[in-house]
Parts: sequence; structure tokens; C-alpha cells
Amino acid sequence: MIGIEANGRTVEAKAGETILSVLRREGIHVPTLCHMEGLEPSGACRLCVVELEGSANLVPACSFPVSEGMKVRTGTPKVLEARKTIVELLLSNHPDDCLYCSRSGNCDLQKLAGDLGVRQRHYREPRPSRELDVSSPSIIRDPAKCILCGRCVRVCEEVQAVSAIDFTGRGSRAMVTPAFNSGLNMSSCINCGQCVVVCPTGALAERSSVQEVMDALSDPDLTVIVQHAPAVSVSLAEEAGLKPATDVDGKMVAALRRIGFDRVFDTSFTADLTIMEEGSELVERVNNGGVLPMLTSCSPGWIKFVETFYPEFIPNVSTCKSPQQMLGALVKSFFAEREQLDPKKIVSVSIMPCTAKKFECSRPEMANDYVPDVDYVLTTRELGQLLRMFGLDLASLEPEAADSPFGERSSAGKIFGASGGVMEAAVRSAHYLLTGEELQNLKIQPLRGMAGVKELRANVGGVEIGACVVSGLGNARNLLDQIKVGRDDLHFIEVMTCPGGCVGGGGQPIGTERDAVKSRMETLYRIDREEQLRVSHKNPWVLRLYEEFLGKPLSHKSHKLLHTTYDKRHVPL
Amino acid sequence: MKESAKKVKAILAKYPDSGRDALIPILQDIQDELGYLPTSAIMQVGAHLALPSSKIYGVATFYNQFRFQPKGRNHITICRGTACHVKGSGKLLENAVATLKIKPGQTSRDKLFSLETVACMGACGLAPVITVNDEFNAKASPAKLNRLARCCKDEITQERENS
Ligand code: SF4
Ligand code: SF4
Ligand code: SF4
Ligand code: FES
Repeated sequence: MIGIEANGRTVEAKAGETILSVLRREGIHVPTLCHMEGLEPSGACRLCVVELEGSANLVPACSFPVSEGMKVRTGTPKVLEARKTIVELLLSNHPDDCLYCSRSGNCDLQKLAGDLGVRQRHYREPRPSRELDVSSPSIIRDPAKCILCGRCVRVCEEVQAVSAIDFTGRGSRAMVTPAFNSGLNMSSCINCGQCVVVCPTGALAERSSVQEVMDALSDPDLTVIVQHAPAVSVSLAEEAGLKPATDVDGKMVAALRRIGFDRVFDTSFTADLTIMEEGSELVERVNNGGVLPMLTSCSPGWIKFVETFYPEFIPNVSTCKSPQQMLGALVKSFFAEREQLDPKKIVSVSIMPCTAKKFECSRPEMANDYVPDVDYVLTTRELGQLLRMFGLDLASLEPEAADSPFGERSSAGKIFGASGGVMEAAVRSAHYLLTGEELQNLKIQPLRGMAGVKELRANVGGVEIGACVVSGLGNARNLLDQIKVGRDDLHFIEVMTCPGGCVGGGGQPIGTERDAVKSRMETLYRIDREEQLRVSHKNPWVLRLYEEFLGKPLSHKSHKLLHTTYDKRHVPL
Repeated sequence: MKESAKKVKAILAKYPDSGRDALIPILQDIQDELGYLPTSAIMQVGAHLALPSSKIYGVATFYNQFRFQPKGRNHITICRGTACHVKGSGKLLENAVATLKIKPGQTSRDKLFSLETVACMGACGLAPVITVNDEFNAKASPAKLNRLARCCKDEITQERENS
């Protein structure tokens, strides 16, 4: 421990840490733009400058290491002036589009300009004409609003190991673009939306389907059903201005009904169903010498990643559709039959923590006779928008229950929202299916928590199983590379595209950081702890669905509706 | 394998086990050989150096020297050095972009023209300078540039009629 002086107060610091990390711990606010929690500082924006006694120049707090006795000041006129100038320069060629911008109200640039008292344009530069990139089903790029902070580039490369985008050109022509300045859909982008969550401005946003959903809701000929993913109920609170990571499941269901959805279903139901199908697939692979290790298939960004970068692993990927697509397929088959509805007259909407789900629902494989399983995907953020539009205040709504037949879930299906949850649910059920007995302790600690890689060796009914859980595609890439060079102790691998799993998804509230992901995760496990029905294979409606409609796992009907295929993608890597 | 791919392969063979620092020399060799950097070549380089193509494209666009389209039959360069700038090369460029309907670095669809800006040609006494297929034109004006462009077009029309 060393001592430094911050704004005249002596504080403790660890040798080697940055000024910023000390200041944050002490509750002293320093604005940042390019800084990213958990990644090396890049020092690109200089917004975090502070005054250092004895130094003629201001120093960037995010990258400057502390030293014994150093004296730091964060609010001197010189510092404030420097910050203000930086923001004014960023605004010099900015489109000033706030009223119409997707980020108005939660834009870092807008906030900084306000906080620093920028009330006049001091610098004016020509606005470069930059085309909107609307090519991706998930993400809209508006390079005119980009301030070149580099956060998107870093997340795409350092966290996701995709590198779909990078800085191009220089000087006034510098931009962030995919290779060859192509549209995102022609690039190696896997639609995860992590870049959107970290972007400080409106330069990156999801492609919104709010209008399409509103149109469907106002058409009396259509039955509009909605499903919501396990991770949404623990993150929506932030969008609605409630205490972060509160579970608002029942209130959300009530709100969705007020908005006008005819039925509200819970994607956790098909998460339970996934366990039955995927578990059976694993057992079949193990028993019949099928391709192992088996890789999970719930996360569409990950699927696209395999198809793009590791097509040789396609045979390893479970053929199960994701829970979203399973529910969609059942709505337009089982549910449509039961209610005597024409599948073409059903609009199936899903609320997801994810932008890749928008891409997934548009895949041609995800349709039955050209009728898509899921028509529109809204992110958690877009649901927040709907709530505000309809003036719905979650705090004052009484919780309601989801609709049958896809409204009941086990908490094993619910923890799908956290990295490790699928594996934990699978182990619980596999144990029962292989031994006929329930697992003594349902809590499988090694699979929980924020670590990017988690492993488990278990003896299930005499079978030695090697399981691994990874989240963040950088970790997935490392694991696949290990397997490529011969690692062979694994049978089952769960991969989630986003760090921490869906609770950290690319459709979650803007600016989500690690701590927020962690608390959402904890809420999911608390729900599990307090639940009676904690294993997928006991979900009564799942059992009924098999009895009345599907037959048994991996049946012909299951295959037709609940399973899919994958294809190598040809894009510039 | 296509002819150009073979050429790129031969160039890459000169840089075995190389890392990122070999990138610029490789790109220069490819441009010398092919006249520009085709998409497929960038992807070959990426595979060779284990670099994503977004990165290579990013680095290549940082430098003015690289082109991503083959040169047109008539390659026009406009000097953007200080002397030429003072003498109105900005207007020249604007005019060229408007008449040829291409931006610097691009080639027209009919492949007749390509446009490029260069830093300084070292002919400041003649400012503003443009070159057409490496031939210097001193004290250029928008009118002169338009005339040159028309000449090139006429030449082609003539040729087509003759053949
Ligand atoms: S990015 Fe921010 S500052 Fe720019 S127009 Fe949008 S809200 Fe306004
Ligand atoms: S969506 Fe994901 S893969 Fe695509 S550019 Fe953004 S971070 Fe990269
Ligand atoms: S798109 Fe957003 S995150 Fe990426 S560099 Fe521009 S402002 Fe930063
Ligand atoms: S946050 Fe420190 S330089 Fe950008």
C-alpha cells in the first residue's frame, strides 16, 4: 500500500494501479470515454485528465500509474477547461441530432456536454457526409455520430475475438468500419451487440422493431403473442427506473398485457424443453459414438461464430433450436391447432436480452413452410421504450402470471439467463434420467459466477462427464483452439456469446458493466433458491406437451419443429 | 487458382513466419505487382499473417498509397501539397470529383478514369499540378482538367468507331 493525495485528502492506493482506479474507489468522479473496465487503457480520448503536482502537463487518470506521495487534483480550472475543450472539439462536426437520436437521454456525449456546461458552439467543422449502415438485421451504424473512442473496436476484438470492425482512414476521414467498408451484414460480425452496449453515442444502435410490433398490435385480424427470455425480467427494472436487478417478472407480464399482447408466454418454458431435447441428444451421442464434445446451440451469435470461423465444428453443435425458436415453432403449430388459428394470422414477438436474436429469427431455417417461428424480436431496451410509450409504471402494476400452455417453468429453465445455467439445468436432469434419482444438492457451485471459463468433472450414474462453460467468444475461441490441437477430456460445452451470459447480452440496458451483470445473475440464482420446481424434467406442461403432441424427445415431430441445421458462412474473416 | 491469387501467393512465400510488421511491405509488393489491393488478396494476406481483414483494411486505408480498385485507363492524380493547395488544388479536386463522378481512390464504372490525390510531387513551381497517366500538367485549372478528360473520352470513342 502506498499513500497519495487526492483533492487534498490522503488516500491509500495499491502499487501499480492507475489514478482512475483509486479515484473511483474513493468516490471521486472523473469522466471517461475510451476507458473500459477490465481492458488495458488506451488513452485515446484524454477526457480523464487530472492535474498532477509537479507536472507541467495534465495526465490521463485512466492510464497513469500511482506513485508514493503523488498529489492529484481533479477539479481545477485547468482540468475543467481541458475537458470542456475536448468535448467541444468532439462536437465540432457532430450532427446535433439529439431530438431524433436513439440515444437522447442516455448519451455520454450529450451528458458530458451538459455536465461541462457546453452551451455554445466554439468550433465548427464541415460535417462529413456518412451513410447509415442499415444492412444488418441487428444493428444500425451511424458513423456520423461516431466520436472514434474505439470502444466498439476493442470489445469486438478483445472480448469477442471477432474483429469485424476497425479504424479506417485517417484525419478527418477516419471512421470505424467493417473490412472493405462493407455493410455489417457482409462482414464477419456475429450480431452480438456488445459494441452497442459500450458505445457512448448514437453511432451504434439496435435495429428497432417497435413500429412493426405496434402495427401488428393494432391489426384486429392478428393474434399477437409474446414470449420473454429468462434474463429480461432481472434487467428490465433498470429501463423502468426501479432498483437494478430486481426481478419484475409478474409486473412485466402485466405490462405486456396492458400493451395489448393476446398471450404472454415464458421462454424459460422452452428452456426446460431444450433440456429434454438437448439432454437426450447428448445421451444419444455418448451411447452411439456420435460427435463429441457436444456444443450448446442456444446463443445465436455463437452459432454464427462457429459457422463463420470454425465450420469444422458444425457437427459438434447440438441440432436443437434455441428456446426462442422452439417456442415460436410451438406457437405456430401446437398452439395454433389448439386455438384453431391460422399460423399466418399469428404474429409471434419475443423480448430478448440480445440483438443476435433479431438475426436468428430471420434465418431461413427458422421457419415452417415459409412462416417464420418468430416474427419480431424486441430487446430489453425496446421493451423499456414500449413501457414509456404506453406510460406504464412497473412499480404500480400488480404482478400477473404468464399464460398456458407455455407459461409455467422450472427455475432450471430460468437460470438459462446466466452463463453456466444451461449446464446446471442439464446436469440436474441428466442425473435423474441416468440414475432415476434426483440430485441431492441441486446447487452446482463450480458452474456459477462471472468467470469466463468454468469446468466441472462429474460422475453421473457411473459415466464420467467432462463439462465446460464459457462466455465471451474470446474464451470460446481459446477453447476450440485447444480442442483442435487435441484436448479430448470434454463431453459437453456450454457457450454463451456475451460475457456472463444473457444477463450481459447485447440487448440489455446501455452501459451495462460487470457489476450489473453480476447482480442480475445473483437475482436469477435467488429465484432458483426460492423455487419449488427446480428441475426441467418435472415441468408438468413440458411433460404434457410430450404426451399430447411431440411424443418423446427427438421424435419425428420434435425433429421437424425443434431442431435445425447449420451452414458454413463465406465472409471475409 | 486465379492468376492474381498465384501472384499473391508467390509474394507471401517471400515472407515466411512473418508477423504484423511484415504487413506494409507485403501490401506494397502486392500493389506493385497487381496495381491495387484486391479484396481476395487482402484475405490471403490475412490468412498468412493470422490477421483479420478488418485490421488489414484499416492499416491499408491509413496510408494514401494503397488503392482498392484497379487503376482506370486514364489515371489522374491531383497534388494536394501546400503550394498546390494555395494555388487552388482544392477547387481542382472538387471539380474532378464532380465531372468524373468518382472520389479519390476510386475508378469509374466504365474503367475509363481513376482519381488519386498525392501529398507533394516536388513541382511546386508549376502549382497547381495534376498528372494524367504520369504526364505532368502545370498550372492546371478546372477548365484544363475538363478539357483533358474530354480528350481521353474522345480518344476512346474514336477507337471504338475504328474497330
Ligand atoms: S449521439 Fe448523443 S450527442 Fe449525438 S445526436 Fe445522439 S444524443 Fe445527441
Ligand atoms: S455486433 Fe458483436 S461481432 Fe458485430 S461488430 Fe458488434 S461487437 Fe463485433
Ligand atoms: S461507434 Fe461508438 S463505440 Fe465505436 S468508436 Fe464510434 S463512438 Fe466509439
Ligand atoms: S478515458 Fe482516459 S484517455 Fe480516455
